[in-house]
Order: sequence, then structure tokens, then C-alpha cells
Amino acid sequence: MSRVSVENLNVWFGDGADRVDAVKNATFEVPSGASFGLVGESGSGKSTILRAIMGLVTTWSGRMTVGAFELGKKRPKDFYKDVQMVFQDPYASLHPRHSVDQVLGETLSLHGFRDIDQRIMKLLDDVGLGPSFRFRYPHQLSGGQRQRVAIARALAPEPSVILLDEPTSALDVSVQAEVLNLLADLREEHKLTYIMVSHNLAVVAHMCDTTAVMQNGEIVELMSVADMRAMRPSHPYTKHLLDSSFGYKPDAAQSA
Amino acid sequence: MSETLLDVENLRVTFPTRQGEFQAVRGVSFTLGRERLGIVGESGSGKSMTGRAILRLIRPPGRVEADRMEFRGEDLLAKSERDMQKIRGQKISMVMQDPKFSLNPVMKIGEQIMEIYRFHTGAGRSAARRKAVEMLEAVQIRDPERVMRAYPHEMSGGMGQRIMIAMMLVTEPEILIADEPTSALDVSVQTQVLSIIDRLVRERGMGLIFISHDLNLVASFCDRVLIMYAGRIVEVCDAGKLHEATHPYTRGLLGSLPRIDAPQPRLEVLKRDPAWAQAPSVSGRT
Amino acid sequence: MTDLPPHGQTWRDWLNTDTPTSRSHARAAAAWHGWLRLKSNHMAMLGLYILIGLVAVAAFAPWIAPHDPLAQNLMNRLQPPGSPGHLLGTDSLGRDILSRMIYGSRITLYIVSLVAMIAPIVGLLVGTIAGYAGGWTDAILMRITDIFLAFPRLVLALAFVAALGAGIENAVLAISITAWPPYARIARAETLTIRNSDFIAAIRLQGARPLRIITRHIWPLCISSLIIRVTLDMAGIILTAAGLGFLGLGAQPPSPEWGAMVAEGRRFILDSWWVATMPGLAIFTVSLAFNLLGDGMRDVLDPKEGGTR
Repeated sequence: MSRVSVENLNVWFGDGADRVDAVKNATFEVPSGASFGLVGESGSGKSTILRAIMGLVTTWSGRMTVGAFELGKKRPKDFYKDVQMVFQDPYASLHPRHSVDQVLGETLSLHGFRDIDQRIMKLLDDVGLGPSFRFRYPHQLSGGQRQRVAIARALAPEPSVILLDEPTSALDVSVQAEVLNLLADLREEHKLTYIMVSHNLAVVAHMCDTTAVMQNGEIVELMSVADMRAMRPSHPYTKHLLDSSFGYKPDAAQSA
Repeated sequence: MSETLLDVENLRVTFPTRQGEFQAVRGVSFTLGRERLGIVGESGSGKSMTGRAILRLIRPPGRVEADRMEFRGEDLLAKSERDMQKIRGQKISMVMQDPKFSLNPVMKIGEQIMEIYRFHTGAGRSAARRKAVEMLEAVQIRDPERVMRAYPHEMSGGMGQRIMIAMMLVTEPEILIADEPTSALDVSVQTQVLSIIDRLVRERGMGLIFISHDLNLVASFCDRVLIMYAGRIVEVCDAGKLHEATHPYTRGLLGSLPRIDAPQPRLEVLKRDPAWAQAPSVSGRT
Repeated sequence: MTDLPPHGQTWRDWLNTDTPTSRSHARAAAAWHGWLRLKSNHMAMLGLYILIGLVAVAAFAPWIAPHDPLAQNLMNRLQPPGSPGHLLGTDSLGRDILSRMIYGSRITLYIVSLVAMIAPIVGLLVGTIAGYAGGWTDAILMRITDIFLAFPRLVLALAFVAALGAGIENAVLAISITAWPPYARIARAETLTIRNSDFIAAIRLQGARPLRIITRHIWPLCISSLIIRVTLDMAGIILTAAGLGFLGLGAQPPSPEWGAMVAEGRRFILDSWWVATMPGLAIFTVSLAFNLLGDGMRDVLDPKEGGTR
């Protein structure tokens, strides 16, 4: 029984001569509790798929199903209780004038929870931030801490699916390790389903069971993590991405 | 090892803040010959500040102090601003991270490259033009004439960075400082840009300082690596021997990276030891 | 959760803390830091002191003014500054200029506060709604804004006053009506930028309605630009009010409005220069003070907080 199912998704921006097809005929399924990766370079359409699922983009065609919801033009209110998103840039995803307490409190009250104080404390605890962070403003937090707050905000409505748009790209390597560990722990603890977008194959290999490789809006390959680790790509573009992930190789550059 | 191009000893960069003085760089020492030196660190380690300090790009109230900071025997700290302008872009050049922010958006690309060349060499327009086209070809731009007439926003990230490199190398400097030159680029474009830097640096016998947060990239590209933490150098090693590094910070950085070929259930989390920030800086001098 | 500094901690430490313990603590700390930033800007502080002086003078006018501002004394007409009992001289009806200026500060303050409240608020509403809604709403609201922008302030004020009659309140209304369009433009521009941010997307993903997004998320970010603009606009507003008074359309005689005083003294500018110059200096000083403060407010309200990597 798949949690998220996407069939023949097309997303475009603009119309007529200015139309740009960001996603072309994307099809994939994510079983319940699994972690699915979308990997590709900039302009490949990977983030656009997430935004289409969340309803942030309205010009799309195809079929998208999340659990019991068949997605149409608008998202029902309950949808956001079940599906949440963590954005890439921790510096842009928190309102500069709202404290952590306000961010979490507002989210909780919008979803109709009553015991807001306790929930805020529990959320901060779940993401590894102590109560001392509760009343800080974003400019008093480091990148990793901000991202933890963004994760706490995504967890607040108790969703079952979380979409992660390059959650660690803007973070230092050591902070990335902490956040990835946190995400893995949370997934196990709350039985979450993840769809994670990244340009970093190593991150995706670490976090995801299956990965879709995207190029220019199309999914060129669906790869299991076993194949990725064994370096068994089927598509030449996947091979190219894999090769580039290992640092600089002078001979590889010659052939590029 | 060939002659020493850059000799830095006990470099300190300080900024006054409301809470007292903040030292971004605390006692960094290294020498640079005709080699590739990598400086690796996370944000706040002081690596970018080190690069900027060498070119005296740090504005007051920030202060740059050092026991010694010499370029080919000339004291960089003693130079006036006018003399530094003759060094910047001509003897020592810098390529930064995002060409979107380092190229002038309202000037044609050709004009920008020519301007730099003419400023430093006093050449005429046609000579500068020829040189600019030559440089664009050297960075593997297929249609240099079209690019000369284009504006920066019409270029992709990778092309923009190659144009940046062309601009910075047109005066044939001795040292290139590259501050995260490929961090804003896609992975496949990175390889191309790096190979261009590789070739040009080798052909011209330049010294290269490659600043990055990507340890593996630097290790695969450079000859020697300095690892910085909290404004100090905590370890120096030859690039090939990075995996034999001994300092716990370096080992921690290496261990916290996820690896495609080596699955780990949990990534190693770096435990920052305050002693690292207190210990004296390791010298990167040869 | 304690609000006051716990035992053993000074106020300064409490305000400088990195780990606030409650909402009000966090706000107090943020305000404190804003104050420190303002304090370090000496020109802005000068502006602030002048304005505090203005408010004090207006508040304590009855006790400060040496004479009744309306008391005429035709034997004492056009006395120069420094005459006994009249520090700044007298005007053409023998009234003490200093006392008139002191009472006039009340009128200036009245005009300035009213306009400062009406114009930015109207502009904020129009601009943020237009910016967030987009489409037809945006187009219509912006065309309305353009229409109001097209009128020269004084001409519209004249028309208004002609329709409603002269007087301070109508002058204020007339000035506000021409003053709000720039604020709408500013608010709209900010809204357009903010609208695409991740944090707005994030709150939409929590099911927030546009009203909540506009009031709780967009307004707090627009307000700083508007406040800065208001302080810089103050100078213009005072001058417009003075202009209206000059034309006889604002405060009516014998009201000691500064602009009206300048108008009245115009006739004697060559012989009794002080009648027009003194109130003119007052207008100049208050305008300058607002400008200096406005510049300082910009640093306080839009500091480089964290910023981008």
C-alpha cells in the first residue's frame, strides 16, 4: 500500500511561447514508512515535484495520491496535518521577527491543538534543542539550530509524510551529520515516510531506500540503494553523477 | 620545492564588536610556493578571512596584523592602498564563490575583462580585446565573441565562473586565491571548472590557494592541505595522506561525511573539544 | 517563567542575555538592543532630543510661555528680539513671538501625529493587500494609488478645503489624503518580495489564511520601512501644513500655527525679519530633527540580522 503515488506528473511555468516544462512525465511510488530520494542537478525539477505535491504550484497535470487524498487543485485542510515540508535554506524558512516559540505556537494553534506549551517543549526536546532556545529569534540561532526548528515545525501537526527539500545543503558538514542522524531517528520513532531531495548522492545513499535520478525534468532512472552502493548505474547520466561525486579526478575531466 | 611566493607568519584578523574584540584568524602561518595549497574549514573557521587578509581586502574597523606577510620578499602589510591596487588582480588574483555577485551586472562581459587588463597593463583597446578573447578561449568558452558582447545574467553558473577565472587570470598573476570557486556549481560543472583551473595553474606555474569546506574535493585537487578551526590551523598534511590525518577534528570531519560506498547506520558526530581552539596554531610553513 | 531578572542578576545582564526565558523577556531584550544601536548614532540621538524637547515644550506650554500667545499690544508692535520681556520680539499685533511659537508647537505636533497615523496605515492596508492578492485587486488598487499620487499636494488640499472649509482638521485630512500613496507603493514592493519567501510558504503549508499571513507575517516586516519613511516624511508634512497655513487654509488666525506666522511676517521681512524667521527656524529645526532620527531608525530597524551566508 503506497503512501505517496505520483503518475505522469507534468509541471510547467508560464504559457505559450514562454512555457517552461519543469517536470515531464514523472512517475514513482513511495511505500509507507520508506525513504525516497530525488536526486539531480539544479534545474532538474526535483524541488518542483515537492512543491507540486504540497500545492505550492498550481500548473500541473497528472495524478498524485497521498494516502487517502487524491490531490486536486487545492489541498484540503487535513492534508497539511498529514504531509509537511522542510525547506532548504534555514536562513529563509523562519520568519525573521518571530521567535521559536511563536513559530511553533502558531503552527500548533493553526492545527487546533490545545496543550500548546507542553507540545512546544516536547517538540524542542525531540529535535535536540533545549528549553533555552524557546524564546530566541532566528538571528540568535546557528544554521543547524534553525534547521532543527524548521524540522520541529514540520513535526508539530504529527504528520506521517515529510518532504525534505535539500535539508542539509546549506549546513556545514559536521552539522549535516547531526541533522541527518536526527532525521533518521525521527523517522524511526514516528514511523514517518520521507521524500528527500538532494543534489548530493552520498546524502541520498545514506538516507534513502530508493532514489529517482532526474535530468532536465525527467526521471531517467529509479535506483535502489544497493545498486547505488555497488556503483551499478543503468543510465549514463547516473554514471556521470556517481563519478563526479568522488572529488576531482584529472582523467575524468579529460573525458567530460 | 621551488621559490617561496607567499610567506605568512602569525596572521591575525581582528574585528571590534560590542562584546569585545573578535579574532576571526588567530595566528595562521604558512608558505606558498608554486604549488596548490588547500585551506579547509567550516563556516567561522577563518578560512575566507585568511584569503581576504592576504589581499588586504579587510576594511576598517577590522584589523590585519602579522609578524610577516610577504609576497616574493615584499612586505604586503607595509604597502599603501595604491601599491596594493597594483598587486590585486595583477600579481595576486582572487576568484570567489558566486559569479552572480562578483560580475558587474550592468557591464558587458568583454568590457569587464578588458577594463581589468587595461588598468593593470595600460594596453590599448584592441590589444585588450584580443587578450580577452584569448582568455575566454583558454577557459573553454566555445563562442568567445558572443560572450564578449553578452551580459552576466545571460550566462549559466558554470560559464559565469569560467568568465570569472578568465577575468582574474588575464593579467597573468603569480598567485590565484580561489575562495569556494565551485561551491555554487552543479557537480558536473564543478569538474569542468576545476580542470580549467588545474590546467591554467599548471601551465603558468602559478601558486594556488584553494579555500573550501569540501575536504575530499580539496584533498583530490591540491598538493597540501591546511585544516582550520576557530581561526587556527589544527593540522597540516599532504593531500594524498589525508586519510592518515591524526588531529581529532580532521578525523571527525572525515568521519561525519556520508559515503556512497560505505554504509553507516549513523554518521559520526563531531564532538567539539574546546582544547582545539586553545591549542597553538600548527605552522603550515615548509 | 520569571519575567524580572532573577536574584543576583543585574538589569543589564538580563537584557543582554542570549537565552530569553519568556516572550516578554525576548521582546525587552530585542528592544534594548535596538536602543543601544540608536544610542550609538549621535546624529539620530540629536534628532531624538530635539523631538523630545518639542513634545516637552508642547506639553508644558502654559507654564513655559512668558505671555499669552493671543494677547495683542499695539503699543509694542514689531519689537526686535532682545527687547525687555520679549526674547524673540513681537509681531505686527504686538503679540510675543516666543509664546506664539511655544503654543504653535502644539499645533505642529497635532498635525504631524495625525498625519503620521493616518497616511502610513492607509498605505499599509492598500499596499499589502494589493501586493499579496495580485491580479485584478492589485491592478485596481494601484491605479487608485496612481490617481492620488498624480495630484500635487497643495492643489488637492486646496480643493478639499474649498469643499469642506478651512481649518486645521481639514488641512490634516487633506495632507493625509495626498501622503498615503508612497506608503502603499513601499508596502506593496515589500510584500511582493516577502510573498515568495520560504517562511511564507511554510505558514501557508500550515493552512494559514491570507488575512493571518498579511497581518502577522507581512506587516511586521513592512513596518520598519514605513516607520523610516514616516520620519523622513515628517519634514515634508510640516512644510505642507506650513504651506497651507501660509495660504490661509490651515490654522485660522489668531491661531499661532508656525506656517501662518511665517505668512504673516512675510510683509515685514526686510524691516522686521524676526517675525517670519523665528517660526521658520522652528520649522527647519523640527524637520531636521525628524530627518536625523529617521536615518538612525533605519539602522535600528533594518540591521544586518544574521543575513545570508
